[in-house]
Amino acid sequence: MAIFLTDSSRILVQGITGAEGSRHTRRMVAAGTNVVAGVTPGKGGQEVDGIPVFGSAAEAVRATGADTSVVFVPPRFAKAAVIEAIDAGLGLVVVLTEGIPVHDTAAFWAYAQAAGDTTRIVGPNCPGLISPGRSNAGIIPADITGPGRIGLVSKSGTLTYQMMYELRDLGFSTCVGIGGDPIVGTTHIDCLQAFQDDDETDAIVMIGEIGGDAEERAAEYIRQHITKPVIGYVAGFTAPEGKTMGHAGAIVSGSSGTAVAKQKALEAAGVRVGRTPSETAALMRETLPRR
Amino acid sequence: MDLLEHQAQELFAKHGVPVSRSRVADNPDEAYAAAAEIGGRVVIKAQVKTGGRGKAGGVRLADGPDAARDVAAGILGMDIKGHTVHRVLVTEASDIVEEYYVSLLLDRSDRSFLALASRQGGVEIEQVAAEHPDALARLRVDPGAGLGWTEALRLAAGAGLPDDVRDLVASVLVRLWNVFRAEDATLVEINPLAKLADGSLLALDGKVTLDDNARFRQPGHPRYADAHTTDPLEARAARKNLNYVKLDGSVGVIGNGAGLVMSTLDVVAYAGERFGGVRPANFLDIGGGASAEVMANGLEIILGDPDVRSVLVNVFGGITACDAVADGIVQAIGLLTGEGEKIDKPVVVRLDGNNAALGRKILAEAALPGVISSDTMDGAARLAAELAGKGA
Repeated sequence: MAIFLTDSSRILVQGITGAEGSRHTRRMVAAGTNVVAGVTPGKGGQEVDGIPVFGSAAEAVRATGADTSVVFVPPRFAKAAVIEAIDAGLGLVVVLTEGIPVHDTAAFWAYAQAAGDTTRIVGPNCPGLISPGRSNAGIIPADITGPGRIGLVSKSGTLTYQMMYELRDLGFSTCVGIGGDPIVGTTHIDCLQAFQDDDETDAIVMIGEIGGDAEERAAEYIRQHITKPVIGYVAGFTAPEGKTMGHAGAIVSGSSGTAVAKQKALEAAGVRVGRTPSETAALMRETLPRR
Repeated sequence: MDLLEHQAQELFAKHGVPVSRSRVADNPDEAYAAAAEIGGRVVIKAQVKTGGRGKAGGVRLADGPDAARDVAAGILGMDIKGHTVHRVLVTEASDIVEEYYVSLLLDRSDRSFLALASRQGGVEIEQVAAEHPDALARLRVDPGAGLGWTEALRLAAGAGLPDDVRDLVASVLVRLWNVFRAEDATLVEINPLAKLADGSLLALDGKVTLDDNARFRQPGHPRYADAHTTDPLEARAARKNLNYVKLDGSVGVIGNGAGLVMSTLDVVAYAGERFGGVRPANFLDIGGGASAEVMANGLEIILGDPDVRSVLVNVFGGITACDAVADGIVQAIGLLTGEGEKIDKPVVVRLDGNNAALGRKILAEAALPGVISSDTMDGAARLAAELAGKGA
């Protein structure tokens, strides 16, 4: 099963003719991903490594049956690209673009809701998601680890890679990088529930960071709804107040959004929280049910 | 980016939110001139990006130009919660009858916007929310539809505002929404929104936070960046487009990806507990494309920080190839020594992921003095903390 992304996913790459889009399309294909189409306005009829390019998402969906889009479109055009993907009826839109104004993200999220909430948006400002050995929608390296029975959800890209590497001998069902922006389309909670429902996932690693209260809300959700073991990690204990730490959403404002508050909320919900990535991996090893 | 009060007032005025007549002053003579131009009693207000100005003595009345000069002389140079006052705002004094609160902000958990209004203004809104939750009304604002007059009026009524000001408050809210949307703000707040003796409303104090991601379509915003409050190393890093935050410790940190760098800072601090409380000196995320130039710029900033006693480079190559990072380190140190910089601080390097073996080989073959490879993130952090502890 895995979550959101399976071997039957048919991927469309928006922005495929750009430098990033074409480079990562090659990597996705090399990882076994079924990339069926690309979209770049005005460049319909071209090909990238044999993959047909269309002028719009709607045309690409009609011609290829694509059901998932990966968006490599620059910030100023990203909102239009996501809305185009929603209108084309794509069920999963993975927005990798970093630097999208939050008013634009709020707008395309609201648009997706108003359009019937049939499109799952992952990101923006995320590395995408990978179901190792099956499909890779985004830029997560496919060679860190293989398939396994751990699910991972994280705000951070490289911290996802680090955690996949720490647990590389065990492997993962799906790893989802949800992104570090203040508004993201898919939350920790969405992923936790999907992993809970996935019969190929035995345990979950949840990686958070400073800013907002997504981890606190996830903790409450875990307490009420998640029965599979969850191991937590939170980055940013040393972050000062009022400074944005790389991700647009990673900021401690006054006393809210601190790593300590998130750790406490998770522990109060029965989640064991590692102080470092390696300790988090060790907790997962202790916790994972023997099969 | 948070704005100073006078910058917020400027944006309010641009979108028709009523504000007092005011002038900024950077010295007592300018305050004299401003008070003379405005006439009558004026309020002199410290321009700092922190709350509690009034309690700290940073907001004071003056009866005329001479008094304004004296008061400004007292406020300029003051330290308010670690913020030095470099500028004051001289505003017309108002005859206040009542004080309200209105704001628009990003609601991260609801993935939308939120409008707030309260009949209790002039105090911290968190305090109102905690003590008198019924005095604070909230309204979800759909990012597509925006805040219309009818909803704004409903919010004003919900906040229990007096009948005779509801229409006016609703108009202010709609204009505030225009500031929020047109300026790509993530927070716009008027506190207090004052009702004057003549029945009119005035935004007496305001807070605005702008979205840095919107800079490409907000050509007017870069001028709000405040040179005074930026750390000199942060300013240098910003000029080189580096994602850098100065911290108070002694281990310089360079990594790729915001989450991994934050995690590295934490791991350094934990490791440092065993070496006399050694802590990280900075956050520096070189991002996905760690070219030799980016690495050189990063190393130059960090080695130029007098607080730094050791450096930790922690890279997990995802898209970034570790051989490119290693080349970057070798070239960076070559460039810096070529420019006559003496590199006397140890640099601990941990490379994993994409092409890690090749990266380690490049560093081993270059055999740069002071550059030490370490196999794990924990081991590298411990070594860097230990070296910084010894150097202290």
